Amino acid sequence: MNFQAIAAIYTFEMARFFRTLKQSFISPVLSTSLYFVVFGTAIGSRMEAVDGVAYGAFIVPGLIMLSVMTQSISNASFGIYFPKFIGTIYELLSAPVNFLEIVIGYVGAAATKSLFIGLVILGTAYLFVDLDIQHPIAMMSFLLLTCLSFSLLGFIIGIWAGNFEQLNLVPMLVVTPLVFLGGSFYSISMLPEFWQTVTLFNPVVYLISGFRWAFFGKADVAIGISLGAIALFTLACMGFIWWIFKTGWRIRS
Amino acid sequence: MSVIVSVQNVRKTYDGGFEALKGASLDIQEGEIIALLGPNGAGKTTLISTICGISSPTSGAITVAGMDIARDYRRVRAMIGLVPQEIALEPFETVINSVRFSRGLFGKAKNEAYLDEILKTLSLFDKKESKVMALSGGMKRRVLIAKALAHEPKVLFLDEPTAGVDVELRKDMWNTVAKLKEQGVTIILTTHYIEEAEAIADRIAVINGGEILLVEDKAALMARMGKKQIRIELLEPVSEIPAKLAPYGLELAPDGAGLTYSYDTNAERTGITGLLNDLQAAGLQMRDVQTQQSSLEDIFVDLLQEDGV
Repeated sequence: MNFQAIAAIYTFEMARFFRTLKQSFISPVLSTSLYFVVFGTAIGSRMEAVDGVAYGAFIVPGLIMLSVMTQSISNASFGIYFPKFIGTIYELLSAPVNFLEIVIGYVGAAATKSLFIGLVILGTAYLFVDLDIQHPIAMMSFLLLTCLSFSLLGFIIGIWAGNFEQLNLVPMLVVTPLVFLGGSFYSISMLPEFWQTVTLFNPVVYLISGFRWAFFGKADVAIGISLGAIALFTLACMGFIWWIFKTGWRIRS
Repeated sequence: MSVIVSVQNVRKTYDGGFEALKGASLDIQEGEIIALLGPNGAGKTTLISTICGISSPTSGAITVAGMDIARDYRRVRAMIGLVPQEIALEPFETVINSVRFSRGLFGKAKNEAYLDEILKTLSLFDKKESKVMALSGGMKRRVLIAKALAHEPKVLFLDEPTAGVDVELRKDMWNTVAKLKEQGVTIILTTHYIEEAEAIADRIAVINGGEILLVEDKAALMARMGKKQIRIELLEPVSEIPAKLAPYGLELAPDGAGLTYSYDTNAERTGITGLLNDLQAAGLQMRDVQTQQSSLEDIFVDLLQEDGV
């Protein structure tokens, strides 16, 4: 393993994050506060508790997931797309590194950034609602796994994208709907029966359900299934990235 | 001297079917400066991209220090530095951080003293903490060189190092290359300027149409390439060349109004002064004088004809 290279990529990418630390910090805090004001306080005060959890608190896991998923994808996709766009990818391709080292460097940095944002949102949530996390270790594990797997997905998108429009296309057209329809703001049991079944094909459901279980001890799907689903998703992304580097798809002429 | 880079019969066909390299072979000696000279589209960049691992050869063998570039890619690439043709740098990062990144990426432990030394050599030391986007074009190009040297490579590839660079900077670049050679770095540069190859290379490889046409010591090649012509337009046409001018081997244009003199720029005496004096003595009045040098393509054609390829 070329650990020097992993460290170099990671620090270089994190430097990009620290250059824009204020924006990185302010925007999630602001948007989460807005969600809490609107859904938590204004609408939430007229909502019944879901599964015995006050609505304001109920949406916290979903809100964190929403931001963490979109941030992971945009950080990781930008991180690898930008060198392609400005041409500095030549250096990666001519360096004594293998795909694993490149992925650990880029995806690791992207996941770190979104983990930071996830924790900032969690901190902000404490300002608005009473939270008592039932399984803190499981909560952190789910958060980490989500950061990691969606950063992997973002990395794939960054390699696939041929321009900035495409870079935004997948997060906009695919991820946002999946997250909104994945039970971020409601329990799946609140849906009509037919739609409950449809929803089970949405991978994000398993993540949000598992994450919510870590908070409140209640889940839409069994925790084991959630874990299995996210592990499968991570492996699928890893496999696809391995194939990308093996064939040079979209990176090597 | 031993062979450090060996390219044997390398072919590269792009997905679109374009064959950029058609069986190129080349041995590069350790410690030399070799220029790959050829017109645009000759395959220069493809050849060095293939050696550096940016594109993979369709067939053929490439070894660096006796190691296969694919099988031993870690050890091979750690020995190689590449300066690309296009300026490609992270604009928002500082010079020193960009250089640190390159060193780490190529697997070398931190060494600030060495990086400072490189920046000094390249006259970038006072820009160490500047953001890349604040630098001039010439400085950016030197940052690319600093990045390529950051991991102490044994072999340095420079792809058109002086394309779009002004005369002053070009001289600087040539001096830098000479300094690197003194430090024992083997240098391969591509260029389509004959003068550039002449100014810095020890050997010149002529490449065209995806093939290495010939590799020769600079002096030997320049002697073959150094032909130039003077075209003299006369005020009054003449019917034949005056006997006095016979030794110059002039050619008379069909209309009698022009004379062409071929000479060797590398010869000790070009005979130009003598010719002009003798023209006057023969009573010929000149309307205009032009000199012309064959284009790179013409020279290739000449070289190929000479070699009977």
